[in-house]
Amino acid sequence: MIAGSASKAVRNVPREKAFYFFTSVGNYTGMSAVSLKEFMDRVSDVDIKSLEFHLQRGDFQKWVEEILQDNDLAWEIKRLQRFNLTGNALRNQLSLVVSRRYKRLAGQGSSAHS
Amino acid sequence: MKFKNNSVSLDDVDLKILQALQEDSRQTFTALGESLGLAHSTVYDRIRRMEEQKVIKNYTALIDAERVGLKTITALVTVCTEPKETERVAERLAESPEVLEVYTSLSEELLIIAKVVAADQDSLHDFIANSIAPLRGVLRIRTSIITKKLKESLFSINNGSKGLRL
Repeated sequence: MIAGSASKAVRNVPREKAFYFFTSVGNYTGMSAVSLKEFMDRVSDVDIKSLEFHLQRGDFQKWVEEILQDNDLAWEIKRLQRFNLTGNALRNQLSLVVSRRYKRLAGQGSSAHS
Repeated sequence: MKFKNNSVSLDDVDLKILQALQEDSRQTFTALGESLGLAHSTVYDRIRRMEEQKVIKNYTALIDAERVGLKTITALVTVCTEPKETERVAERLAESPEVLEVYTSLSEELLIIAKVVAADQDSLHDFIANSIAPLRGVLRIRTSIITKKLKESLFSINNGSKGLRL
């Protein structure tokens, strides 16, 4: 079970199901993520406006829940929405939540395979 | 009247017929003939020839979406692509019913410009995020939502601009 949820979270999704980072309606930054690992990296360097735009719309939570099928991480991200974070505070918190989850799942994945 | 490249030759009578059709394409051959001083058979022959030559591409209806209660938004979407993928991306866009017009442009970089219509901002964003951004070769997208339309017209055969006189 743990190995199953871990593999879902660390796998690569097809290109058409990647997360595409926009800064506002219809304005695509050129950055995308096909895995939780890549998503974690993008959160660190994408334009801050993009993080604010997607968090406010609930796009991160939706992608994590529907595409990565990680309800725990989706819930954590939804919780962030309530704090109305902006700027670097948002980047730091989102980074923290995502990287913590990634490390946990990646660790579970490797221990399950060993 | 000569047109260059793979165009066809039209005389003044053809142009008068085209102008009259652009004003009202539902006129009968008889009515057109009477207004232009031509036999209806002449009008018929000329129109048929111009249809066959694809000078007349279509007869259509211009619908005022607002009058029928259709609330839509229109946006001009500029897509920056890798040069080798531009043509393919443009063709994919052209296949979408949401896309009304597609152009390619060479400015500082290769761009595709598309006119897109959607029910609202959410639908517009979903279309761009799900149908344009994932296309291979798309580098960036800029979208401008149109807030006011000051003019919309089709190319007129009797265009007043000197540069367009035939």
